[in-house]
Amino acid sequence: MNEAELIRILSSIILQSAPLIIAVSGEIITERAGIVNLSLDGTMLMAAMTGFVIGLKADEAYPGSGVWIGFLAAAAVGALFAFIVAFGSIRLRQSQVAIGFVLTLLGDDLSAFLGQNYTRMPGPLVVRKGIPLLQDIPVLGPIFFDQSIVVYFAFALVIFLWWFLNRTQPGLKLRSAGERPEAAFARGVDVNRVRYLYTIAGGALVGIAGATYSLDVKLGWSDGHIRGFGWIALAIVIFGGWAPIRGMVGAILFGATKTLASILQRSFPEVSVVAFNTLPWLLMILVLLVSSSSLTERLIAIAPGPLRRPLNRFLRVAPPLALGTRFEET
Amino acid sequence: MSSERTSAQKWMTLGWPLVPVIAAILFTTALLVLFGASPVESFTAMWRGAFGDQSKTLSVLAFWIPLMLASAGLLVTFTAGLWNIGIEGQIVMGAIGASWIALTVQLPAPLQITLELVAAMAAGALWAALSAFLKTRGRVHEIFSGLALNNLAIIFTNYLISGPWQPPEGGTFRGTAPFDPDALLPLFGESRFSPLSLLITVVAFVLVFVALRGTFWGLKLKALGKNAYSAFLLGVSSERETVLAMMFCGALAGLGGAVRVLSWFDSLRQSISGGIGFLALLVVMLATYRIVLVPFIAFFFSAVLNGSITLQLRTQLHSSLGGILTGVMVLFVLLFGDPRVLDIIRRKAKGDDDKTPETTTVEHPADTTVGDIL
Repeated sequence: MNEAELIRILSSIILQSAPLIIAVSGEIITERAGIVNLSLDGTMLMAAMTGFVIGLKADEAYPGSGVWIGFLAAAAVGALFAFIVAFGSIRLRQSQVAIGFVLTLLGDDLSAFLGQNYTRMPGPLVVRKGIPLLQDIPVLGPIFFDQSIVVYFAFALVIFLWWFLNRTQPGLKLRSAGERPEAAFARGVDVNRVRYLYTIAGGALVGIAGATYSLDVKLGWSDGHIRGFGWIALAIVIFGGWAPIRGMVGAILFGATKTLASILQRSFPEVSVVAFNTLPWLLMILVLLVSSSSLTERLIAIAPGPLRRPLNRFLRVAPPLALGTRFEET
Repeated sequence: MSSERTSAQKWMTLGWPLVPVIAAILFTTALLVLFGASPVESFTAMWRGAFGDQSKTLSVLAFWIPLMLASAGLLVTFTAGLWNIGIEGQIVMGAIGASWIALTVQLPAPLQITLELVAAMAAGALWAALSAFLKTRGRVHEIFSGLALNNLAIIFTNYLISGPWQPPEGGTFRGTAPFDPDALLPLFGESRFSPLSLLITVVAFVLVFVALRGTFWGLKLKALGKNAYSAFLLGVSSERETVLAMMFCGALAGLGGAVRVLSWFDSLRQSISGGIGFLALLVVMLATYRIVLVPFIAFFFSAVLNGSITLQLRTQLHSSLGGILTGVMVLFVLLFGDPRVLDIIRRKAKGDDDKTPETTTVEHPADTTVGDIL
């Protein structure tokens, strides 16, 4: 494998992970505010379909605008699904998990029905556009800076969210709503309003992630086009310890499995292609085991003293304390 | 004044269950209109597809059976507070278990079928046990392990039918060669409905009913589902009950998978479950865990799904319309299932939050646990 090929592979991994990074970031702000939006898989399917179909229609009317209107429509769909979860759990006091799960199935069926006349056809797509100067950096340039604008958006989003969550006042309010809602309420934070806001904002990001698939990474629309990616994103949120940068690392890890599978397939043609399809799902179980099981705790306990703290930080994660619980003003 | 109010309330309580049905029909009607199809024609096509003639009705019944088996299993896991989304994979593994015996063993028909069913139950139960142990030992939430295991089971099926079990004339990626007629469940006439499987389903359902309503085990599961910590203090082993409940459900799901390969089809196919597991989750949610409602809801869902297949054949509209109809219904019940829901909204709007009515009729087990594990 020569250098050019390696760079091509790495750049494809970055492209594959971009939508996952966006979806994971969206779900992170939702869950950090205390709400679980389990509907990701259905939301992303609906958003992918909507983004593609609306984009196609918009392109007919105003050539060149399709992609952006598509993203806008997808974000609206994501926000709507998230609103249903927020409304159902905050105002109507029903189970977030149940509503999210039903929305997952509903989004799947609805996208299949609404998109039935638009399967397997060419449509608008995001143009790849290198960043001047930066794209000329050796090795890093072609991997990171000769991509489409959605990829830049994904990485910018991660940096922004890290800053927003950890260094700003509204970010602190967001976290307080998910960690100690009573204390936040006592300090004058309107907990449920904060939760509505970030559930809907997170949902809009998930919608953009869905459209990123149909408009950039896995072009076009077909039945169950990106089924499964939403669940993978939900698992990455846990593996990523509800933190934007770690979530990004997890997303790249999963983005790499697909590329890795095709390379392994070429290197070991005698192994059935089926074996490589299992990779993301085995990885999903494995990363959740590593981040949650008590075995990891025991392993850390027998590690040499100075290693324990970094290992603990690296391997162990804890959810926001009030995640998935209801908050009632009293 | 007060008597007027109570009679209004009575009407609300009586009429409320109709609201989700109407909402779902309105929603699907809007979709049909959007696609330029006549709603009346489409719903008639669906009705004919479900009950148009004897063979159609028998199809609805044949589809109902694995759905019922899966729903019965889910009643147990939901009672124990478990989100067994892995049920889809358990159905698939059951189908694989039954197919394995059908392809490799040759015995007199009664023995053969018994062995197939036992293998299916074992395969489903073991697949469910994996999910359970990942939860109790690895602290991996059953939603995620179940989902991964579903996909792994489907990939395993594809491997089997394109590899070791491919028909002699070459792999088509569609299914194995048809099993020996002696290996299949005896069918009713020309249909895909097997009376024996109906008997099994009734027995299984009664068993679940009795187990949940009348045994100490059922009580322990209920305790676990309501409040895992109190159950622990009372001496209920959450690991043992979790594993048992999951395996019980897995065994029933596995039976459902066996019914799919041994009567609905005659071989192991690519999408052997056809989403029955997820549909069963919706059935149990719609029933809000009231056991007696489950058979009727399952029958309704089976009719809708079979009808929508005919709809696709007749009008070229995508058959996912059936899934949309059921999905919207369940979503409505989840959101507005409680007749008192209007009170909640009205009070909120007035800002009068002091006396919020308790909304406990629709309880979902995950509420107490999701924060701990997710």
